[in-house]
Amino acid sequence: MPIYSVYVINRAGGLIYQMDHTQPKTEVEKTFSFPLELTLKIYDERVVVSFGQRDGIKVGHTILGINGEPVRGRQLEDGRDVLEMIANPDNYPIAIKFGRPKLSTNERIMLASMFHSLYAIGCQLSPAQKSSGIQVLETDSFKLHCLQTLSGIKLIVLADPKQGGVEALLRKIYEVYSDFALKNPFYSIDMPIRCQLFDDNLKAALESAERLSMYTSGIN
Amino acid sequence: MTIYNLYIFDRNGVCLFYQEWTREKHPGMSQEEEFKLMYGMIFSIKSFVSRMAPVDFKDGFSSFCTSSYKLHFHETASGLKFVMNTSLNVGSIHDELQHIYSAIFVEHVVRNPLSKLGQAIDSQLFKTKLDSYVRGLPFFTKVN
Repeated sequence: MPIYSVYVINRAGGLIYQMDHTQPKTEVEKTFSFPLELTLKIYDERVVVSFGQRDGIKVGHTILGINGEPVRGRQLEDGRDVLEMIANPDNYPIAIKFGRPKLSTNERIMLASMFHSLYAIGCQLSPAQKSSGIQVLETDSFKLHCLQTLSGIKLIVLADPKQGGVEALLRKIYEVYSDFALKNPFYSIDMPIRCQLFDDNLKAALESAERLSMYTSGIN
Repeated sequence: MTIYNLYIFDRNGVCLFYQEWTREKHPGMSQEEEFKLMYGMIFSIKSFVSRMAPVDFKDGFSSFCTSSYKLHFHETASGLKFVMNTSLNVGSIHDELQHIYSAIFVEHVVRNPLSKLGQAIDSQLFKTKLDSYVRGLPFFTKVN
């Protein structure tokens, strides 16, 4: 039951901290012969699978490497275009590595501000009196937990759906934030948190939350 | 436990059907604007979730909770979207939303030659069937 990552968003919707705790491996390498059974397309300057799921390769996966060489965007590092390579029968057999695209820092900043507005809309569209924004967002593969503190900071934890004790963990993260980010004389509020002590204590809090939930699920 | 309201959207974002049962609060906007905002929120959550997900997933977004209500979401393969708001103490209602789709929507809207695709539903039969089904659900108890 892993905790995947932690985000901290300031009052204006800016991402001020992000950490990946557990990165699940989702990479598949396979050797193909001509012609390729998958349909690929360019999306967001990446080569993405748009049709044809097989052998663990899913729609939405991007090409991460060809014949062991890493791919940057739509090109190999030496400048060869990925789609041209795949269209040329002379290059076959070809080993292609697929995986979920890694989020860039810019994308993370965008997603954070997107969540900021979703939180506000969730509050506005409430059919019940006095509602907060989104606190728990559930999908079949992960759960997003959000705590908005009184000062307007949002703490977000992405965890496995079965991970327990995330509410307590969010409070603990707030405590760590108050102790090690806010009390740091070199930290100005609403700015990105770059502080070793905060990193270390946050990691310790996440690890103890994971251990605790392993322990309680072992009892049941 | 209570059910607040239900929205049905088609794949283009047209609100086909809306009904409320025990809604307490109305946003300060016209109903049309509210439908647009709701559809936009669902659309954004879907894209947010698919990019944020650390692992591969099948159905994606299923529900979210705030401090006072829970929004349940169910999407069919044809892009129809069912959004139901309930109180917090209701568990997963995936099967109920699937029932509304397969036994009420398909039977009384899709199989009705007079109902046009992509337009708001005005079949009285559909409305009565849906209303009696929702009122018969175990977690539908009107709180006054």
